[in-house]
Amino acid sequence: MIHILEKFSNAIGVSGNEDEIRALIEETIKDHVESVSVDFMGNLYAVKPTKAKNAPHVLLVAHMDEVGLMVTGTESNGLLRFSPVGGVDSRLLVSKRILLGKERVPGVIGAKPIHLQDRNEWKSPLPLSALYIDIGASDEKEASAKVPLGTFGTFQTVFESQRDVVLGKAFDDRAGCSLLTELLMTEDDEEYPVHITAVFTVQEEVGLRGASILAERVRPDYCIAFEGTTAGDVPRGPSESPSTEMRKGPALSFMDRTAIGSDKLIDHFSQTAKIKNIPYQYKKTVSGGTDIGVIHMKGGIPSLVLSVPVRYIHAPKGILAVEDYKNAICLAKEALMNFKEVL
Amino acid sequence: MKTLIKKVVETFGPSGREDSIREIIKKEIEPFVDSLAVDTMGNLHAVKKGAGARVMVAAHMDEIGFVVTHIDKMGFLRISPVGGVAPVRCLYQRVLLDNGVKGVIGVEPVKNNNEIDFSKLYVDIGAKDEDEARSLAGEGRFGAFLNEMTELNDLIAAKSLDDRIGCVVAIEAARRLKKSPNEIHFVFTVQEEVGLRGARAAAFRIEPELGIALDVTGTGDTPESAKMPMKLRNGVAIKIKDSSLLVPKKVKEFFMAVAERNKIRHQPEILTFGGTDAGAINLSKSGILAGCLSIPTRYIHSVSETASLSDIEETVKLLVKILECDVKKELALE
Repeated sequence: MIHILEKFSNAIGVSGNEDEIRALIEETIKDHVESVSVDFMGNLYAVKPTKAKNAPHVLLVAHMDEVGLMVTGTESNGLLRFSPVGGVDSRLLVSKRILLGKERVPGVIGAKPIHLQDRNEWKSPLPLSALYIDIGASDEKEASAKVPLGTFGTFQTVFESQRDVVLGKAFDDRAGCSLLTELLMTEDDEEYPVHITAVFTVQEEVGLRGASILAERVRPDYCIAFEGTTAGDVPRGPSESPSTEMRKGPALSFMDRTAIGSDKLIDHFSQTAKIKNIPYQYKKTVSGGTDIGVIHMKGGIPSLVLSVPVRYIHAPKGILAVEDYKNAICLAKEALMNFKEVL
Repeated sequence: MKTLIKKVVETFGPSGREDSIREIIKKEIEPFVDSLAVDTMGNLHAVKKGAGARVMVAAHMDEIGFVVTHIDKMGFLRISPVGGVAPVRCLYQRVLLDNGVKGVIGVEPVKNNNEIDFSKLYVDIGAKDEDEARSLAGEGRFGAFLNEMTELNDLIAAKSLDDRIGCVVAIEAARRLKKSPNEIHFVFTVQEEVGLRGARAAAFRIEPELGIALDVTGTGDTPESAKMPMKLRNGVAIKIKDSSLLVPKKVKEFFMAVAERNKIRHQPEILTFGGTDAGAINLSKSGILAGCLSIPTRYIHSVSETASLSDIEETVKLLVKILECDVKKELALE
């Protein structure tokens, strides 16, 4: 089960440059669905019909893209300037290893060493303007030949397992992608009582852009998004919410910045969890946005987000509990197998 | 109309939890329309049939409020705002949760009022400890403020005039409107306060030829208030702009001409902040003509929003007169 998450996490797919991860997902799901297709923006669609009569049409989404960097300038000494793609915390970038482009040219994010900084510079984190990517090029010509402007970069992080957790990059939202893939890989004797259109979306991290064209194309009755979301169960003040906590099960979102979850879908999922004895929690903050933000308003589509809690999303390395991931798959599968019209 | 206003403003219904207020509006408007439907987002569509232009009249049912995000060890509910709620305006207010539990908003001690934000606020529901709090009100419960309507001379003060007063104007207009060449969709929208979401979905569905939002607008008639021309008792405000919409010139001129023709007291609305459902309707599909009639209101997004009964009356009158016009002809639609 973790094998798929591992492959997806290690693949590259910064927003706007999702070719590698899309090809990998397509290869993984194609024998388990009726058809696959890709639209002009790069969203990957998979159709899994049911034989059930008058079945509702459920859109399942997970975004393929991850936050990263883009090369935007070349200095005369061969160092590269860059901009963030999506919500990258620039304070944690210094000294991280980066892979650039399809060829995975390795680089490191450099900055002025501590010896050369004046005292004032010690006091504040390094701004983006003080950072650059060093690929070991000797001059501008060599640098731009290896890494032309517009090349995407991602963190060089290799997936690993430790005890009951796994570590890797881009669990937001490769955890959602592999969860959705697992849902599509049904056994021969299993069939969902709903028509499923699964879409692996592009450009979520830069503003829910891939998902914004889905509702009109798919015209679903319901939508469920699968996400890797913030687990804030780290040292914090007494009144601060942890948002979600690791090892407490998948999280249902009642509200975030972009959508209020359908209360009826929340009821169905939480009831399913109770009946099947699957742990679950609520996401206990209203921050962040997801693809359902732009999907649910198109004529009104009841929508819900189900997330795997991940510590340190949008950073070079995230951590998630294997039991949360497995329970998320289990809950989503049971809820779909026992899907009730909630309208 | 006063009894109706009181009933409508005092009903519970923060964004996303509009069921109770929808039921009340449904009962009130049913006798005056040909059909009623609720769409999947929860918008209430009340339609008066007609052969002419499709006109969508939108008033939002939802009010600002909060959502319970987690429960602390002492049994206090921690909350996040739903819509534009200023933390200082929450202090010591009585609130109601969607399961009927009541509470009072408290605040952790602060040296200076500028430090008050939502992380310092909590809802006290009288629970002894975390377990009891959890049994009374879990995470994900939505809440709203409690306050009774009161009359101040010829003004009324109440919670949620934004935008229940728009809902009342729509109901009252539907009651008074005897004949119209247009097909009128009175839509009582959801989730306006969190980003005009219900209206966007409804406009997508209806694809109207004209959208008219009914909403409150700020005023410039209180001490040190923002420099805006709107004043209480100066009549219905015809919107020219806000942050969500520049009203198309022919729509604004149509509304103004109807007001002039019928001697309805009106004033121009130039709002320097905030938006309405008209903004969302305007950008639906391939672009839809939209405008807005506003009721000048003081202290918007507080529990004592204050407006003038005469302005409300003028708004109803103007809406009825607009809907009586042949909108296709007036706006030179083909």
